[in-house]
Amino acid sequence: MKYVDEFRDTRAARRLVDDIRRTATRRWVLMEVCGGQTHSLLRHGIEEELRETVELIHGPGCPVCVTPAEDIDFAQQLALREDVLLTSFGDMLRVPGTRESLLDVRAAGGQVRIVYSPLDAVALAQKHPDRQVVFFAVGFETTAPATALAVRQAEQLGLENFSLLVSHVRVQPAMESILRSPGNRVEGFLAAGHVCTITGFDSYVDFVREFRVPVVVTGFEPVDLLEGIRECVRQLESGRAEVTNCYARSVRREGNRHALVAVEQVYRIADVPWRGLGVIPSGGLRLRPEYARFDARRRFEDTGCEEELPVITTPDCPAAEVLAGRMRPSDCPQFGSRCTPDSPLGAPMVSSEGACAAYFRYRTPAVDASQPAGASQPEATR
Amino acid sequence: MCLGVPGQVVEWLDRDPVFGRASVEFAGVRRVCHMACVPDAEVGEYVIVHAGIAISRIDAEQAERLLDELRTLDMDDELPPPTAAASDDATAGERSP
Repeated sequence: MKYVDEFRDTRAARRLVDDIRRTATRRWVLMEVCGGQTHSLLRHGIEEELRETVELIHGPGCPVCVTPAEDIDFAQQLALREDVLLTSFGDMLRVPGTRESLLDVRAAGGQVRIVYSPLDAVALAQKHPDRQVVFFAVGFETTAPATALAVRQAEQLGLENFSLLVSHVRVQPAMESILRSPGNRVEGFLAAGHVCTITGFDSYVDFVREFRVPVVVTGFEPVDLLEGIRECVRQLESGRAEVTNCYARSVRREGNRHALVAVEQVYRIADVPWRGLGVIPSGGLRLRPEYARFDARRRFEDTGCEEELPVITTPDCPAAEVLAGRMRPSDCPQFGSRCTPDSPLGAPMVSSEGACAAYFRYRTPAVDASQPAGASQPEATR
Repeated sequence: MCLGVPGQVVEWLDRDPVFGRASVEFAGVRRVCHMACVPDAEVGEYVIVHAGIAISRIDAEQAERLLDELRTLDMDDELPPPTAAASDDATAGERSP
């Protein structure tokens, strides 16, 4: 596949690994903030390959994992109403709320449907005028344009039966919160390539000035990730902290103007709770007052569940530590024993983007051994 | 969640600023994608699609530039292997920001 295969080239990946090893004089601590990158780093064996050279801490890059249990509980309440058809991405449906997941609710008769795109939910609302179609809008800045567009389409179509349960989160405030947290060890960031595709990277200029850590906009394929790591290590080795774009085939400095206009029109920035991390100032998006009629929280306010409830954490699951990058998934006492993807204790083990799921899937020795030869991972250079 | 897949624009179906759609091909499979965020994308061009909407036009020149740089790195490496102590100087030339 064009723009995928070239960036999985084993030879190029190998050269980058060698170059990173030559450049690093000590083991630097980097954080990637996107769950897609976390999975790619593990799947292609990059984390393992560079283990001696860089420590990769996995940030809170799984939007589904940081969606507050209260929002999931509210979605479940909605799904149980006879007049509602609740829609969301497949990942969102598997994550447990306070007690159960949306898939459990569906099994118990709730009306829940997986859609590939929020715009498919708009089409469902057109098709079922007798039902209230609610889209559970989770995701980072990458996803917000799609849900904003859904609202604008519903508006133009005059749909009275479409609304959003908005739980969008913003990456940069979470990065700030990580750097400000006591005991922070992160020395450089691989910024999320598709978030920056939307937002651009100008907003990181002040960030870098304030915190003096390199921010390298990075893509998702092995060569992209290694190029991002290489640039980050180079900056750290020469005492620089700059914003650099290593995913220039998709990311422009100013971002995607059309997407930003759509988001700006529909959403406002708000202080919102992140599951396991607490309330993050400016950490999310909510509908603007002009679009309040598309707000499921308002439309179904009689359904109970307040918006501002305390953030629940499971006593046995240190997901908050994992999400903040303070604990490696494999260091959790429950990992792989009491907690597996089939029987998860916390969101990072459930979601296909969660760090715990990535570790379980790609770091179990039995799984490693069964990887087909010639898969796209860079060959071990040991 | 932030997964984005590159596909090639095959045909515009609707040019509306909010409802714009095009047929996009991914490894031989065609899907209808929403195009409101890339209204200037041309047929034959590659776009990155996330959650059913195209979020960027792939800059082919930039993609090629990175691959070229990596080829340069390859050539540097084909010089006699530097000793461990001297290896710091053997890195590739400056990359542009």
